[in-house]
Amino acid sequence: MIVERPRDLLIKKILAHGFMILFLILILFPFLMVFSISIREGNFSVGSIIPKNPTLEHWWLAFGLDYVRADGTIVEPPYPVLLWMWNSIKIGLISGFGVLAIATISAYAFSRIRIKGKSAMLDGLFLIQMFPTTLALVAIYAIFDALGEVTPIMGLNSHVSLVVIYLAGVTLHIWTIKGYFDSIDTALDKAAAIDGATPWQTFRHIFLPLAVPIMSVVFVLAFIGFINDYPIASVLIRSEDKMTLAVGSRLYLNEFKYLWGDFAAAAILSGLPITVVFLIAQKYLVSGLSDGAVKG
Amino acid sequence: MASIANTPLAARSSIPRLLMVTLVSVCLLAGSFYLYQISQPVFGAILLALSAGFAIIFGANRFYGARFIFPGIAAVLVFIAFPVIYTIYIGFTNYSSFNLLTYERTVEVLTSRSSIDKTTEQPFAVARDGESYRIWLPESGLLSAPVSLIGADSVALSPAAKPTDVLPRRDAIKLRAGLQALKLTTPDGGIIENAGLRTFATVVPDYTRTGPDELTKSDGAVLTADHSTGFFIDQNGEQVPPGWRVNIGLDNFTRIFQSEGIRQPMVSVFLWTFFFAISSVVLTFALGLTLAVILQWPHLRFKAVYRVLLILPYAVPGFISILVFRGLFNQNFGEINLILEALFGIRPNWFSDGNLARTMVLIVNTWLGYPYMMLLAMGFLQSVPEDHKKAAALEGAGALRVFFTITLPQIIPPFLPLLIASFAFNFNNLVLIFLLTRGLPDIPGTIIPAGETDILASFTYRLAFDNAGQQFGLAGAITLLIFLVVAAISYANFVAMRRAALRRSGKA
Repeated sequence: MIVERPRDLLIKKILAHGFMILFLILILFPFLMVFSISIREGNFSVGSIIPKNPTLEHWWLAFGLDYVRADGTIVEPPYPVLLWMWNSIKIGLISGFGVLAIATISAYAFSRIRIKGKSAMLDGLFLIQMFPTTLALVAIYAIFDALGEVTPIMGLNSHVSLVVIYLAGVTLHIWTIKGYFDSIDTALDKAAAIDGATPWQTFRHIFLPLAVPIMSVVFVLAFIGFINDYPIASVLIRSEDKMTLAVGSRLYLNEFKYLWGDFAAAAILSGLPITVVFLIAQKYLVSGLSDGAVKG
Repeated sequence: MASIANTPLAARSSIPRLLMVTLVSVCLLAGSFYLYQISQPVFGAILLALSAGFAIIFGANRFYGARFIFPGIAAVLVFIAFPVIYTIYIGFTNYSSFNLLTYERTVEVLTSRSSIDKTTEQPFAVARDGESYRIWLPESGLLSAPVSLIGADSVALSPAAKPTDVLPRRDAIKLRAGLQALKLTTPDGGIIENAGLRTFATVVPDYTRTGPDELTKSDGAVLTADHSTGFFIDQNGEQVPPGWRVNIGLDNFTRIFQSEGIRQPMVSVFLWTFFFAISSVVLTFALGLTLAVILQWPHLRFKAVYRVLLILPYAVPGFISILVFRGLFNQNFGEINLILEALFGIRPNWFSDGNLARTMVLIVNTWLGYPYMMLLAMGFLQSVPEDHKKAAALEGAGALRVFFTITLPQIIPPFLPLLIASFAFNFNNLVLIFLLTRGLPDIPGTIIPAGETDILASFTYRLAFDNAGQQFGLAGAITLLIFLVVAAISYANFVAMRRAALRRSGKA
């Protein structure tokens, strides 16, 4: 860089750090608050920011355990948070792997196999991808309402339906993985073809092992996207025991039953694992992000 | 060459594969037939097309390549493209909670309704007969066959003498549930039902079908089916609910554009949606870029720590942080107002004042969205050559000038598709609005639910799934309008992506 005078540089450094620290205090304020609320007595915030009589009541309830207060009254957990978490993780994992499988195979075909009308299909996928599923909720509701008459497994209030609809969100991931496959030298598949490999074998033994890094990026992005989905899950899932975390959490801050403290503990409990996964993966995610992925 | 390599493999494995293909196709066919039977021909046809496509592509060897993309394309067509088209179709119908069923089902519902003829009321008594009971009608001297009085049942009556073991009234009342579900058939074929605690009476169907599009009411009034509105109407033109789903052409669109109570909130929602999406992009981009520039400054220490802490809002699941903000901004118990009151003595009502609510939505969305822009900007900033900046600095340009004349012009083009995508994302950011404000506060004086913070997506969601109305048709029509905007955006993005790709390949 250009040489700068030491005094100016020092002032600039102080300004930069000062700005960063002030900004971080502002930004991280909600996190500190939520933690403080989760160990505060009661479900309304009255009084101090730093709790006077810290209690683990909300945390016990978040883990689904009854809490016995000092005066002997027993408090029961208001909602099955752990069950919701399990539902979310289960659906996220299954749909994540499903999307990964479909996207990787399709991306390979789009990148390497000669198919009639391929480029038109790719352009079509890109355009369709811009239409969020959220907008077609009315139709989705009607479709699963009708399919439920054939078999309840594919009907409303079923996890299978939710996974199936999530699988349709593969378009963006096909594009991401295809971009990666396009950058692989075509000499590799020619060599495989000379050795007598079918396209499927080329995919299975050459491209799949090479794609592991991009596949993990796609998987994490897809997984987080599904965990965060609210609109589709809220339309399809009705009963409390089938809810995902995103749908269930909303029940806490109902106007008529406002459980601020219980919500804070449940939010930390459920948000922490996803946050940690994301922070670990974020270095690898950045490349995927610049290909146009937007996290929900 | 490839086909030579294929043949032995294909020959070896074709029989189990064909069996599998047949099995799956048959299952899909059965499902589609069933859908057709329950009068869902459209869904049936789609399942039929799916099974045909599956059988052809996995059955015939010449479509080997297409097998790889069939699952993806099928999923996208069935669960994205079809719902989009179907939503648009619903926009041309009167599908709502008032017109929910098909015509046949509506007729079934109406003809299955019945009421009790008060003039035929007669007292009854219950007699015990071993484990079961008999109903005794003293006025007509009829006695029923034995009945268990558990669940719905139907038994015949026949003339008989008064039974011996008649239960006292109190015990008979205890059997109420079973009695109410009981149908008795008189010897002349009439049906009588429980009409009250003490009586049974003849039941007459309210409506009987007297013609293809005609129902006759028990009092002789004739109802005709009006297939343009989806209701049966009587001679006075009064509609008899429930109605059925019919195609009403452009009526929903006429309503949107002509009804004052709909058009006004629509315009307001529409403008706010654009304002919200553009401001969100601008704010997050400006903040993210500023932070990225500071983080790129070579003299700054603790970069890694700052970076992780700055990404935190992005790492936490969105639905959790949005709900946290909903609590923090709460007017009475929210921590933000607690602090504002302590510092400035003010207590803004973030949720009931329109402008404050909109400000809050933008604050929260900026908080949620800036890390994404920051991460992207950090990547793009690295690709700006250091020499250009140095050259400009040597020429005497200040840091700000270097940034605006050298750095910014170089990162905007690759950023453009992502900014458009971010616009499209925020344009339909249903989750934020829904979890934070639910669109509230409501705009006063509207005939449909519409709020000050409602964006088009949340507005349609509320029309379709909130409240009692369930106006799917109207929601579908508005969705078509959103689709037009989204299509324009996605085309713009498509062009921007193409240009970016061309520029990249031009450089290489």
